[in-house]
Amino acid sequence: MPSPRRALPAPGAVVDPRRSGYLLVLSVVVLGCCLLPLGAASTPNKTPQPGAPKEQNGSPGHGGSHASNYTKKLFPVLSFDYGHVKPPFVIFLWILLASLMKLGFHLIPRLSSIVPESCLLIVVGLLMGGIFKLVGETPPILKSDLFFLYLLPPIILDAGYFLPIRPFTENLGTILIFAVVGTLWNSFFIGGLLYGVCQIEGTLSTVGLLPCLLFGAIISAVDPVAVLAVFEEIHINELLHILVFGESLLNDAVTVVLYHLFEEYAGAGAVTVTDVFLGIVSFLVVALGGVMVGAIYGVLSAFTSRFTAHTRVIEPLFVFVYSYLAYLSAEVFHLSGIMALIACGAVMRPYVEANISHKSHTTIKYFLKMWSSVSETLIFIFLGVSTVAGDHKWNWTFVVTTIILCMVARVLGVISLTYLINKFRIVKLTTKDQFIIAYGGLRGAIAFSLGYLLDTDHFPMRKMFLTAIITVIFFTVFVQGMTIRPLVDLLAVKKKQETKRSINEEIHTQFLDHLLTGIEDICGHYGHHHWKDKLNRFNKKYVKKCLIAGERSKEPQLIAFYHKMEMKQAIELVESGGGVKVPSAMPSTVSMQNIQPKKPPPERALPQISKGREEEIRKILRNNLQKTRQRLQSYNRHTLVVDPYEDGWNEILLKRKKMIELEKKISQMSNYLTVPAPPPDSPTIARARLASDPQAWSIKPAANADTVPSIKVDLASPQSPDSVSTLDEFSRRQQQQQEEEEGGLMMKPPSAAREEQEDGKEQQRLQRCLSDPGPAGTEEEEDEPFLP
Amino acid sequence: MGAFHSVPDDHQYHILSEKTGFSLEQIGILHNRFKQLSHNSDVLRRDDLNTIPDLASNPIKSQIVEAFFDGRNLRKDSEGPVQEIGFEEFLIVMSYFRPPSVHMTEEQREGIRRDKLRFLFNMHDTDNDGTITLEEYRHVVEELLSRSGSLGRETAKGIADAAMLEVANMSVGRMVQYLLSSVSWKYSRFIDKERNCCYIGIQSVLRKILVHSAYST
Repeated sequence: MPSPRRALPAPGAVVDPRRSGYLLVLSVVVLGCCLLPLGAASTPNKTPQPGAPKEQNGSPGHGGSHASNYTKKLFPVLSFDYGHVKPPFVIFLWILLASLMKLGFHLIPRLSSIVPESCLLIVVGLLMGGIFKLVGETPPILKSDLFFLYLLPPIILDAGYFLPIRPFTENLGTILIFAVVGTLWNSFFIGGLLYGVCQIEGTLSTVGLLPCLLFGAIISAVDPVAVLAVFEEIHINELLHILVFGESLLNDAVTVVLYHLFEEYAGAGAVTVTDVFLGIVSFLVVALGGVMVGAIYGVLSAFTSRFTAHTRVIEPLFVFVYSYLAYLSAEVFHLSGIMALIACGAVMRPYVEANISHKSHTTIKYFLKMWSSVSETLIFIFLGVSTVAGDHKWNWTFVVTTIILCMVARVLGVISLTYLINKFRIVKLTTKDQFIIAYGGLRGAIAFSLGYLLDTDHFPMRKMFLTAIITVIFFTVFVQGMTIRPLVDLLAVKKKQETKRSINEEIHTQFLDHLLTGIEDICGHYGHHHWKDKLNRFNKKYVKKCLIAGERSKEPQLIAFYHKMEMKQAIELVESGGGVKVPSAMPSTVSMQNIQPKKPPPERALPQISKGREEEIRKILRNNLQKTRQRLQSYNRHTLVVDPYEDGWNEILLKRKKMIELEKKISQMSNYLTVPAPPPDSPTIARARLASDPQAWSIKPAANADTVPSIKVDLASPQSPDSVSTLDEFSRRQQQQQEEEEGGLMMKPPSAAREEQEDGKEQQRLQRCLSDPGPAGTEEEEDEPFLP
Repeated sequence: MGAFHSVPDDHQYHILSEKTGFSLEQIGILHNRFKQLSHNSDVLRRDDLNTIPDLASNPIKSQIVEAFFDGRNLRKDSEGPVQEIGFEEFLIVMSYFRPPSVHMTEEQREGIRRDKLRFLFNMHDTDNDGTITLEEYRHVVEELLSRSGSLGRETAKGIADAAMLEVANMSVGRMVQYLLSSVSWKYSRFIDKERNCCYIGIQSVLRKILVHSAYST
């Protein structure tokens, strides 16, 4: 179900959600308190231990009586044995807490529109930590391996799987420059200046250069989790979103390399030129290696999905398992796990989606969103708890300098890089864009976890570092996160466009791609389009054949998109009550029938939904619904269901109603000749019907009628009564068209009767398309019917 | 026709630069390419363009080639297709793909945008009557799908119909809004300055095409 980020309460029920929200929060607090006795923090209780029970005796569950003990007690009907379920119990209690918090926030109406969710969650974490401390327990801390192995991958996989490929690849150069050069600049600027400040300030002079640089590297990376959490709520335009988000993803490689580099040599105390050179090589290896590992697993996953036709139930599992293995494999070699995960998701998605069933697709989508949502919530809560839990060393100079330097470095970096990049971009980045990019550089839990990993022996100032990191994170998430929304409104930054995908756009996008490629070829220049075209052709010719099962491998993108659109409309139709006929702006599923002409369409009287129709709708939905948007207008992770057309649909529904009435009238005229000779017919009906639609395309008679291609339309064959009726309406129509200025169809007076008929056929086919989708043969078996 | 001598002349380059807005260096490079394509003659014919090997796999090749020989694109009074073009006309067609420079006024930008749209419109409107009809639109879609064989031809009709219906179902305002969606910035492209010199920038392309097609009388 779609869960919009901001659920406005129903107008009449303003008080209730708020009350229930408060109640919920209260109950959550109580629940949290329950965690205290249950979650004694002696064990690292977040790492899920392989649930082996503590007691090793063979008796089940209730740690029963010892076999060797013969003193006969009363048989324990009920016993309390918390110990051996404790680890998973506590974990799931935390997850429950996190989810209830999320619920609560959205029930309280005003809160979620002012404060971003991440802030609220951190505050909750702080509260929890405070409660823990009050009770005297040691609160759990966000351990690094917990974070990196369990909490981070779902978020990254979600981001990578649904990454909007087209904007990403179009801006790849910009993103890479921001990620690589920007992060390097940030690290060295912050690290270097901090070292200078430390030298000046007396108490900090023990901090060496390398630790400072290491700190700079940790703190300078923009965090994908935080960026996602905040940017999602502000609905900013696609370009900015993908720039900041892409940067946050790709800078992982840089961070990994710098981190390891400085950490290795912090002990040694000096870095030589060889080390620097090796560092650069290492960067390339880390980045490209990560991508390659991800791509390999992606291809494997796509290949596996080719064979899952008979075991649909475990299809989602393959996606998750392969992706997670890709992440772990990359981590084994200290390659960039994030890039591996992104590459895996992005590579496998088009192929997997062509292969898997509709339900698996939904499952994958929902599971990814669910896991990433829970992960994100947990991360922020734990961040809050860790703040209270950890022992801090506060140093005013260090912390304040860090914050100031972070901001300054970011602004300077963005400005200078944009100046450079704008020389190569045609769509320049404006000042407003730059401001948002700079302001959107949020730090998050990755920085904290990396800091946490530091070894206290080598880095005695670890506590101070951690304090500074947490302060920076709080600052960016709270201050920048909260103010970015009003700033976006203030600066009137372009928001995402709520436009729906249209077939026209798709057509023209493809047309332009080919046009620009052609112009490049004429110029003799091998540019962006040329290579993209080559890649597409390679993909189509070889890769798709390997990785996609069955006929789908040959389907061109335009057709796939078109089917998807039809699908949406079919679903709308079914949802709105089906209707007697299927009169809607669902043009020409005639095409569907022509693609799979395996089964002759069943004869049926038009005014009822027959088995054939049901079958066909079912088949359509089965086959095509699984394709998700390939290009998102705006990237919003939490949009699960593509919204049906909003206003357009109301019009269409209205029209449909009108047409239903008219069709009824027309069907009464079905006793006409079955030969396409036009006997006169009541023009009023024709005019009424056609005038009710503001369809104003012009049909010109073809110059030579035989170039009009003819479709085999079984349903609407020229012999069928309906076709005749519309045909004659048409011939009459032509005489009336001069009187009609607007609305209705415009036709230039035809030059020959034959052409007239052809056009009539065209037109009635069009009308047919409007009123009746063609049937389609069943193609594949499905384990369970879609429409029960 | 090509009023252009085989020996490139700086003076003539200057005239062309005024007319088309390319820089002298760019004109020189394009001229080399022109000579290469036309086998060192003064005029370029359709066959010369048709024989470019890279172009062979392009589904809309014929339309692209036609665009070069279309009278309407060549800023001449004649509206029909011409058989051969000279270097000046070649440059004129190429100039449709230049991005607006930063030093232009808003009207100039509008003018350039209109020219680009007009170019695209002409590509669709094959019978020169100022409207894009359903037939022509269908033809476009068929060409796009022409690589898919018979599968493409029949679906093309359906797709074109759907597209026209979409246009018809929306009011003009909404159509403009949704058609302009992200095409405007995505389809600006830059071809490396060093390598060649064509700047390709097409922005906000769809609006006029479909306005003309659906609502002209």
